[in-house]
This record gives sequence, C-alpha cells and structure tokens, in this order.
Amino acid sequence: MTPAIEVRDLRRIFNVRQGLFAPPRQVRAVDGVSFAVPPGSVLGVVGESGCGKSTLARMILGLLPPTSGEVLVDGQRLSNMDRKARARLIQPVFQDPFSSLNPRRRVQDIVAMPLVAQGDIDRATVARRVGEALERVGLSAEQGGRFPSQLSGGQRQRVAIARALVLRPRIVICDEPTSALDVSVQAQILNLLDELRRDLGLTYLFISHNLAVVEHVASEVAVMYLGRIVERQESEALFHNPRHPYTQALLASVLTPEPGLGVPDVGLGDIMPDPANVPPGCRFHPRCPKVFAPCATQAPRPTAFAAGLVECHLEG
Amino acid sequence: MSALLEVQDLRVTFGGTAAVRGASMAVAKGETHCLVGESGCGKSVTSLAIMGLLARGGKREASALRFAGQEIGGFNEREMSRLRGDRMAMIFQEPMTSLNPAYTVGSQMTEVLRRHRGATRAQAVDRAAELLGRVGITAPGLRLGQFPHQLSGGLRQRVMIAMALMCDPELLIADEPTTALDVTVQAQILRLLAGLQRDLGLGILLITHDLGVVARIADRVSVMYAGEVVESAPTAELFGNPRHPYTRGLLACVPVPGKVKRGDRLGSIPGVVPRIPPGFAGCAFRDRCNHAHAACTGPIPRKQAGPGHEVLCTLDLAA
Ligand SMILES: Nc1ncnc2c1ncn2[C@@H]1O[C@H](COP(=O)(O)OP(=O)(O)OP(=O)(O)O)[C@@H](O)[C@H]1O
Ligand SMILES: Nc1ncnc2c1ncn2[C@@H]1O[C@H](COP(=O)(O)OP(=O)(O)O)[C@@H](O)[C@H]1O
Ligand code: SF4
Ligand code: SF4
Ligand SMILES: [Mg+2]
Ligand SMILES: [Mg+2]
Repeated sequence: MTPAIEVRDLRRIFNVRQGLFAPPRQVRAVDGVSFAVPPGSVLGVVGESGCGKSTLARMILGLLPPTSGEVLVDGQRLSNMDRKARARLIQPVFQDPFSSLNPRRRVQDIVAMPLVAQGDIDRATVARRVGEALERVGLSAEQGGRFPSQLSGGQRQRVAIARALVLRPRIVICDEPTSALDVSVQAQILNLLDELRRDLGLTYLFISHNLAVVEHVASEVAVMYLGRIVERQESEALFHNPRHPYTQALLASVLTPEPGLGVPDVGLGDIMPDPANVPPGCRFHPRCPKVFAPCATQAPRPTAFAAGLVECHLEG
Repeated sequence: MSALLEVQDLRVTFGGTAAVRGASMAVAKGETHCLVGESGCGKSVTSLAIMGLLARGGKREASALRFAGQEIGGFNEREMSRLRGDRMAMIFQEPMTSLNPAYTVGSQMTEVLRRHRGATRAQAVDRAAELLGRVGITAPGLRLGQFPHQLSGGLRQRVMIAMALMCDPELLIADEPTTALDVTVQAQILRLLAGLQRDLGLGILLITHDLGVVARIADRVSVMYAGEVVESAPTAELFGNPRHPYTRGLLACVPVPGKVKRGDRLGSIPGVVPRIPPGFAGCAFRDRCNHAHAACTGPIPRKQAGPGHEVLCTLDLAA
C-alpha cells in the first residue's frame, strides 16, 4: 500500500546570523529523517522544544523547502503538486491560535478561507460547510459572527481546527493541536479527530509534547532529539518498553494524575540541547544518564528491530 | 491553622463581566494549594486580584484579604508594591512578561534585593548566584551576565523562580509556571519547587489546568468554575472522591496511560465556560451539567462532603 506520507533522508539547515559581523551559524533543525506513515494510521511525534518537530511538519506541508531529501504525499512528490491540490489533500492544525488567525476577520470568514481559495464552491455550500465545521469543534453560529479577539484562547484554537477540517482533507498534520486547550476541550477535540479519522479514513501526523495524549491517539510513535528520530516504535511497545535512554527520560517525566507519587527525578541536568551546536558522537551524550566510552565520539547508527528502530550504542 | 493567605468572598468585575464571584481560599505556611479549572474560569484574575495587579477596569471586593494575619484589602499601590517581590512573590507562565529584555539576569535579580532590602551590590550578587545554584543552574556566574533572550525557556523559568526567592518570600503565587515548558523541564522545575518549599516553608498558590501537576504536588485543591470555587478538598480526597459534577467531568477528560485504551472515547464536558453577567443567580455549570434540575436555578448550598471537603452543588452528596 502506498504510504500516506513518506519522507526520505529529510534535512533542513537554517543559516542564522546573530550579529552583523558574527559568522553565520548552522542550525540543524531536521538532520536526516526517514519514515513512512500508512494510510489511516497516526504517527505521533514527540520530543523537547526545538528538536525539529515543527520544521518537519512545515516541510511535509510544503510550507518550507527541505535543504535535502524528499517528501511524498499519497505517493506523489510534494514538490510537483500545485497549492490547491495540496490543500485538498493535506491540511495543518497549528499550535498557536493567536498568530494564525486574522484579527480583522470574523470567525466564519476565517473558517471559510480554504473553501473560498479553491475558487469553485458556491456561497450556500461554503456557508453550510462552515456551519458544520464550527458545530463540530463546539462553536455556535453566534460565535461564528464574532472576531477572534472576542473569543477565549480555547475558542480561538477551535476556530483554527475548524478551518483545517473544512476542506475535508485526507491527511492532517497536527502540530500541538491541543496544547493551548483545556483538558475538557482537548478531550472533545481528540475524540473528534478520532471520529473523523475513522469516518473518513484520515491519516495524521500528530505532534505533541503531551505523551499521555500521544499514547492515546498514536498507532506509532517517533521520538525526536536534535533533528533526528532516535527511536520509533509501535505505540504500545514504545510506552511499555522504551529502548532509547532519551525516550526513557521522557516517559519518566510524565505526570499522571495519580496523587501521592510525587515528582520524579528525570536525571537530565540543566543543559539544553542546541541545534546550532550539535554534539559530536551521540547527540544525546551530554545529557545521557547511560553514556559510556564510544558515545562522545561515535554516532550510533539506526538499528532496526521487529517493531521499530533505535539509535543508541547500547542497542547496536 | 493560621493561614498565611486568607481570601474570603473575593469578587472581581470587568464592566459587564463578573470574573470572580465570591471565591474563598486559604494557603497555610508550607502548603501547596492548587487552583484548577478551564481557561476563563477566573484563576489568573484571582491571583492578580490578590497581588493587586488587576488590569485597568477591573474592580475588586473581598470581605477579607489577609496576608500573614494582616488585612491588605485596603492597601494602596505603594503599600502593595512594598509587599510584592518581597514577602509575597509571583511567577508567571511566560517569563518574558516579567523579565526585562534590556537588562542582564544579574542586574534584574540584584535590583529586587537592593530595592526591598537595601542590600549592597556585592551582597545581592552573592545571593543571586546562590539562588541560581539552588534552582539547578550549573554555571550561575555565566548566567548572571546573560540577557534573558540568551536563555532557553527552562532556564528563564528557573531564573524567574530564583528571582522570586531573592527576598525570602513567605508566599509564592505561580500562574501556570510550567505550562509553556517541556515535560522534562516541567518535572525538574516542579521537583525544585517542592524541594524549596520543604526547605524554606514557603506557602504556594499554584494555578494550573494540568491535573497531573496538581495530583503530584498539591496538598489541597480548589476547583474553580465561572469565578467560583465549586469544590475544595485535600488532594487525595479530591482525586479519590470527587463530588462536584464539574470536577468529575474534568477528571474524566484526562487520558491516563494504561487506564484509557487507545481509541476509547475520553470523557468530555460539552459546551464552554459561560460569560457570567453581574447579578447572575443559580449554578453557573447548569447548562453543561447532566444532573441539572429545578433547584439549580436557585441559591446553591455550600456543603461539607468530608473533613476539609466542600462542594457547591444542590446534589445529595451521600449519593
Ligand atoms: N482585562 C479584562 N477585561 C475584561 N474581561 C476580562 C479581563 N481579564 C479577564 N477577563 C475575563 O475574566 C474571566 C476570567 O479570566 P481569567 O483570565 O482569570 O481566566 P483563567 O482561568 O485564568 O483563564 P486562562 O487559563 O485562559 O488564563 C474571563 O471571562 C475573561 O474574559
Ligand atoms: N526560520 C528559521 N530560521 C532560523 N532557525 C529556525 C527557523 N525555524 C526553526 N528554526 C530553528 O530550528 C530548530 C527547530 O525548530 P522547530 O522545528 O520549530 O522546533 P519544535 O520542535 O519546537 O517545533 C529550532 O532551534 C529553531 O529555532
Ligand atoms: S549512544 Fe550512548 S549517549 Fe547516546 S543514548 Fe545511547 S548510551 Fe546514551
Ligand atoms: S448545582 Fe445542579 S447544575 Fe450545578 S453542578 Fe450541582 S447538579 Fe449540576
Ligand atoms: Mg513547535
Ligand atoms: Mg490564566
């Protein structure tokens, strides 16, 4: 079966200048990522802030050209597709509802935008589809007449989600879609996304820093660290048997709502990863609680096993 | 119990909106009291009202607002600013709202101590370095000389915490201090707060909408809905024996690894937090509550559901 999304050795390097005379620095945002997502499934992508999740998402959406590598959507090269066709196939739901909504447009017009951009849909259909989309995300018709500034943060994020759903795309790239939402609304949105996936056979790439959410929605999970996927496994296996030390630390830091357990010691120290300064050898070695001799100089190669892949000398 | 912070019947209005409608809560020395609820429930307004930092147009009333036994409701801005940053400190979700991008971490941290305590520059620098070390920053000297934008989010939040501790506050009010952070950093920051509290006997009022955070660090939890505290209980009691339909709804929404199977529907609460006009009567949750009945439009009793466990609901709590 043709994968819904396939990426091959994808890279994106940003050249950033810090000052007028400072030499440009290379930010290795995505540094050699490959995977395939079967249709109808959900690939969860987790990892700390700055590890390249959004850059990956933007390349898959065609919003950012890769430095090298390839993106195929539904078997077609993304670079060969026109914008309208791409919009009908793949849609984003972004993290930040504030910057992504035009403050001078009414909600119903914001949601209508992708339909209107298609250019050949009549006004009555647009109005009906907008009404449906709003209702699906829990907004009333009255709220559809408001401006974003007249809505709560949670309501604004629902507008962004309605806008992504209105074209009924096949693939949705969700970049922290529920991070700004309350648990009550998050639950509604997760239920809704799941319903839509079943009903319409949608495929999701689901980026989230909330591992409990990812465990709930994803069929497979990719763990990113400094631009690379350091572990990928079928969801249940990953949560029960994390193999990479970084995955283990991530899972240890999840605070489930169970009183009395206290806050765990994650053991990662205060050094934060910097994609402009990727460490030699294993890029996780300065923080790794299990670091040993070869880690500082030799980069571990990806090791495939039955249900996935891991990049660590301990798993060689 | 002698409360460090005691808030009784706090009310805040912004023109035609009642943002806080008679909220009461107390924080004891060494206690972490968490305030939870959906966005728009009035958590931030409550904390800002306590600190005397309401936005223009916000009107505050309270039958009591006591800090360390002293009524501060009538304090003017000068008296409040003497307390803030000194005996009561605040941490916000986005550290950049309280860190000035134009000054180094060191000069901002030392300024607090010099202003409130008249410390010398050298004393203040020593104290700042000591606190940065205490919040788990490995190279305090380096960080003191850096500007806020040169730090990662996690480091900035640590700096904020260290800065809040400069004058040995008795009370710390933290509004979503870890919401913007990675889970790894969140766990580290919360562990740090819990440790500091143990060592320093801080009282903490922590605002969050993350029930995982609440479960792991709160001693007591108050659930806010539409400007009211609808349920308040010791943490284990609240999670083990939630009584208010809103609390139960919130708890059902959280995916708990190992408990909710993939593909199973999560619980959810239909609808949204309503905007409440001043003078509104009855239970504000009634449009979203599947137990709502005739009595819910009248006065709602505050009932005792157990030791230290209060619920604002008409339902029979024996059920
Ligand atoms: N400056 C203001 N002017 C008018 N209304 C306001 C103002 N600030 C807050 N409100 C209203 O007060 C109510 C409570 O807001 P508040 O920000 O305290 O909620 P919250 O629970 O902290 O939300 P969040 O979690 O999103 O920060 C909301 O209805 C909000 O719209
Ligand atoms: N347009 C850009 N110019 C320079 N650096 C960028 C740009 N976009 C992203 N980056 C950098 O790439 C890295 C990965 O970013 P991103 O993919 O947004 O991370 P996240 O996992 O938080 O979504 C970060 O260090 C970020 O600062
Ligand atoms: S290769 Fe070494 S440093 Fe990297 S994750 Fe494995 S044990 Fe840790
Ligand atoms: S008072 Fe009535 S509407 Fe409100 S929570 Fe209780 S049962 Fe539901
Ligand atoms: Mg991102
Ligand atoms: Mg708030």
